[in-house]
Amino acid sequence: MADGQKGQIVAGCLAPHPPHLVYADNPPENEAYSEGGWETLRWGYQRLARKLKNIDYDAIVIFTPHWQTYIGTHFLGLPQFKSKSVDPVFPNLFRYNYDLTVDVELAQAMHDEAAAQGIITKMMKNPDFRVDYGTITSCHLLNPEWDKPIVTISSNRNTHYYSPEVMVEQATALGRACAKAIEESGKRVVLVASHSLSHRHFVEEAPLPEDMSREHIYNHSQYVWDMKIIEMMREGKSREVIDIMPEFTEQTIAETEGGGLIWMLGAMGYPEFPAEIYGYQSVIGTGNVVACWDPNDETREYVL
Amino acid sequence: MSESNEPEILFGIYCPPHPQPLLSPDASAGYGKLRAAFDECRRRIEESEADIILVYSTTWASIIGHQIQALEKAVWTHVDDDFHYLGSMPYEFAMDTEFAHAMKANCEKRGLEARTVEYEGFPIDTGSVVALQLLNPENRIPACILSSNMYANRAETIVLGKAARDTLAAQGKKAVVVVVSSLSNRMFTEHIDPAEDRIHSQKDDDWNRKILEFFGDGRLEDLSQLSRDIHGQIRVQKVVAYKPAWWMAATMGQHNNYDGEVLAYEALHGSGGAVITLTPASGSVGDKEFDEDDVEFYRGDRNVLDKGMLE
Repeated sequence: MADGQKGQIVAGCLAPHPPHLVYADNPPENEAYSEGGWETLRWGYQRLARKLKNIDYDAIVIFTPHWQTYIGTHFLGLPQFKSKSVDPVFPNLFRYNYDLTVDVELAQAMHDEAAAQGIITKMMKNPDFRVDYGTITSCHLLNPEWDKPIVTISSNRNTHYYSPEVMVEQATALGRACAKAIEESGKRVVLVASHSLSHRHFVEEAPLPEDMSREHIYNHSQYVWDMKIIEMMREGKSREVIDIMPEFTEQTIAETEGGGLIWMLGAMGYPEFPAEIYGYQSVIGTGNVVACWDPNDETREYVL
Repeated sequence: MSESNEPEILFGIYCPPHPQPLLSPDASAGYGKLRAAFDECRRRIEESEADIILVYSTTWASIIGHQIQALEKAVWTHVDDDFHYLGSMPYEFAMDTEFAHAMKANCEKRGLEARTVEYEGFPIDTGSVVALQLLNPENRIPACILSSNMYANRAETIVLGKAARDTLAAQGKKAVVVVVSSLSNRMFTEHIDPAEDRIHSQKDDDWNRKILEFFGDGRLEDLSQLSRDIHGQIRVQKVVAYKPAWWMAATMGQHNNYDGEVLAYEALHGSGGAVITLTPASGSVGDKEFDEDDVEFYRGDRNVLDKGMLE
């Protein structure tokens, strides 16, 4: 334990990763160029990024559904990854040159603690491995300077292999293991669950992808479900969010199926304080909310 | 092009997407047999007069319609999400750009949303990389890869196959058709000793062997008709349907007139991996009258939910 201090989770962020948001931002790392778009989400992200700048933390630990593993949970296990991430679904929007550092010590600690608790795990040590675009997108939007090391955790596909209920059990157990490892590390960590809420896409794209006159939720049912989940987040009912998660996932083809939010709220001990809501908007039909759980009573805000 | 303006499909190959036959063929006797079967297919392709290898890969998922790989020279080093510890897969593939663009146009003529992808560094999927590395290692024959749309169901997939036929016929290209897919696709969820690999369950193995019996008899259209049953019985529900047999039949011809040959059937971390060839022939097998309708043009959603509402 560093300096004898217990490590802690200083924030938990629900950070959706539509590559459209990076595309709309036109950072120099991305090759594609846009005229903007999806400002409600991007401005929300920018405000959350400013908040994180004022929080003292050592690393970002991100759980991504776009590193899909069927044989256990995997952790990035090399100190640096530099390459180009091209989105396999939206390559016209996202071709991002990244150069990131990994907190391997923390990754190994979480891996070891999860393994000790019976969870199937693997460290990923192939230097040619390409970091997934979910990690890149969420981390870029939360910390565009990339001045903090990250740890990426893969999504073990329990929902598909078993059921959403099994995912709740498995991702919660993983969250608890990660929380224990963080506490023992002495580090201050921001957790990130990288995913949308409802996740039914349109299968056609506007000629100009950022044409906001074409953007809306896929159907009203998804919207109503998303609002219900966000309302519960606002009320601090994170345990209830998890309880209703299997039905939400099935009804809205939600990206919660990957387990990220379950993992994060499990690691944070199902917070009973309100989540900060930074913005909600659809992207190619899917429902996306930027939210933060700030355990510090003095810095927690009512944002929207 | 044949006189009937039908495409000339030399033969079809059904093969698994897992990297073990490429990266660790010596890790188990089964992986070695699959590798030998891939090698036999490579030899047959080399001896054929194929102008193009057309790949439909179940491990390339798309959302915006159907994506078609069109980058003339696709170069990268691929690493599998699960089996990264087996090693990297550097590749350099030659794509038939002319075919890819015509395929897109023919998809659109039949009502499909489609687009080509031509981006340096585009992440070609594990299944396509394994297939093309093993079947066409010297790039002797240009290839084209088609994605598998995650929301597409039967009608869309059948029409995609017909668009491929249109394109092959119009360009007069002799094709080897490659479908990259497991049979049963449930893997073990823990790390195993490859030497002890086996099919995940008796039920999966039973179904796989029944499918192989059909393939061996050349009953491709029968398998196409059975796809929904196969999906429900032995496929992890990651996508809406088991589509490979639909596409393969629609592309090669919706009948049972094939000589089928199962070159290998082995477990790949629990899933069913088979290397199979289907060669067009004159004889036919089967006693079924098909009850799934044929479809020529994709008309999109039927908007059922908006119709027939009570006033």
